[in-house]
Amino acid sequence: MLHVSPNAATTGIAKGEVLLSVENVSLRFGGVKAISDVSFDIRKGEVRAIIGPNGAGKTSMLNCINGFYFPQEGHITYKGVRRQKVRPHEAASSGIARTFQNVALFKGMTTLDNIMTGRTLKMHTGLFWQLLRHGPAMREEIEHRRKVEDIIDFLEIQAIRKIPVGKLPYGLQKRVELGRALAVNQTFGTTIALIEHDMGVVMDLSDRVVVLEYGRKIADGTPDVVKADQKVIDAYLGVAH
Amino acid sequence: MFYRETGQFKTNYADDMAIFPIRQDRIGIAIIIAIALILPFMVSDFVLKTILLPFLALSVAVIGLNILTGYTGLISLGSAGFMGVGAYACYKLTTLFPEVNIIIWIFASGFFAAAVGVFFGLPSLRIKGLYLAVATLAAQFFLQWAFVRIPWLFNYNPSGAIEVPLRTLFGMPITGPTAELEVKYLICLGFVIGMTWLASNLVHGRIGRSWMAVRDMDIAAELMGIKLLNAKLMAFAVSSFFCGVSGALFVFLYLGGAEAGTEFAIRLSFLILFAVIIGGTGSMIGSFFGTAFIVALPTILKFGAPAIGIAITGATAEKIVLMIIGALTIYLLIVEPHGLARLWQIMKQKLRVWPFPY
Repeated sequence: MLHVSPNAATTGIAKGEVLLSVENVSLRFGGVKAISDVSFDIRKGEVRAIIGPNGAGKTSMLNCINGFYFPQEGHITYKGVRRQKVRPHEAASSGIARTFQNVALFKGMTTLDNIMTGRTLKMHTGLFWQLLRHGPAMREEIEHRRKVEDIIDFLEIQAIRKIPVGKLPYGLQKRVELGRALAVNQTFGTTIALIEHDMGVVMDLSDRVVVLEYGRKIADGTPDVVKADQKVIDAYLGVAH
Repeated sequence: MFYRETGQFKTNYADDMAIFPIRQDRIGIAIIIAIALILPFMVSDFVLKTILLPFLALSVAVIGLNILTGYTGLISLGSAGFMGVGAYACYKLTTLFPEVNIIIWIFASGFFAAAVGVFFGLPSLRIKGLYLAVATLAAQFFLQWAFVRIPWLFNYNPSGAIEVPLRTLFGMPITGPTAELEVKYLICLGFVIGMTWLASNLVHGRIGRSWMAVRDMDIAAELMGIKLLNAKLMAFAVSSFFCGVSGALFVFLYLGGAEAGTEFAIRLSFLILFAVIIGGTGSMIGSFFGTAFIVALPTILKFGAPAIGIAITGATAEKIVLMIIGALTIYLLIVEPHGLARLWQIMKQKLRVWPFPY
């Protein structure tokens, strides 16, 4: 699963309005066209699924949104502002967090430290106080620890707080990773872009679904509309030639 | 039976985030510091000179490299070079401004090493692993060259060496040939305790977490808003600062004089790296285990083996030491990447339930 969750508090955008829009984006790796001319939008507060067969360009799409790749054509508008080249840490500070298809946790660190790392952007005390671990540094640490504990309670992972995540089973790691993404914005009602192969999950969870195949958009709409789309059925089940 | 945390409840986050949250650990640390304070008056000058002083001076460098390699995942073979920068900076500072106390200069020399470290750390933004090791190797050789070829650094001394001048604290000589070994030891100990405290504060906070995040998964770290450039250069700066202070302690309080071409050579860089690996990467206590190992082993072999009737010469002992350290490093890299510190953890875990099996 991958998701993008912009901060609710700092946007002036009301629920249901367009938060992020992808316009005619194309991405090439040398001669390989990973994404060709794809457009869709994500509205605030919705769960937007991006699905498609292997190699359809789903992850490349998220990497563009995240700032890992820069599309050669088209652009991405976020919170009403057309983005220029955005680096991943800039995307993070504007409120876009994500998890990865394969768990990308900090394996040597504890659950608590992993989620605390999600708060990095909100922590500002400098080297001097950090060296002393007193005064402002400690106050800030405690303030963010409180917020992290809310997330830990929400995800019910209290028992594994101080265990290095590398030792946890996959399911728990996934939960810690979600906790870390939540910690970046500390809002539970976020907008989510979801990539998932389990169609049951997709159809249950998402408000709207966009379907990619070979880098092109082939369908876009509510789960029911998409489910009935002949092109989608062909993409997943294959067509007799 | 004795090492139980049962009944020690934390009622606020500050207590829970303490560096030693368990009461027995705090008592243990207090006892260790107490022993360390009386130790120089209990042991012979020989032990003081050949084991304790180099142990203290080098442990600061090992903590420094552990910050870089163990916590941030960046390998460096330039530690001895950075130690040299600290030693020469301290020498220049104290000969240019003799009226300022040497303690201040030893600390300040760390900043010079940090600046050099940041400069040589710049390639780490592009390269990792073995290639970074090679780049830092260049730093080592360049610095070693500079120490020999730039006579201004050793005040045009015809021997090419630096000779530590006499400096005092409250009228008591602390450096130079007339200083008492016990006094040198206590000064060193003060630095080690202070620097260890600073280092463990740092690795437990925001900066330490961003280092470990860079080490474990740099892509995800960037997504959390960590700027790789800042995190890596900060690690190089802090690590080199520690190496610099260590180098100043090494020359001013342990050797009493040095020719950097021989003292701060690549061999020392490797020994420091081995100490980090043997002690345990990413562990403060491991840094001390590792340093103790590399400092004590040669002495034990050289003087201990003849004492129990095994006749080996000094030169043979040196070679055996290298063989043991090399073999152990390889063994630990494969079997126990967390080194001796991991054994310590396992022991503590066992002590928790002792005398019951679980």
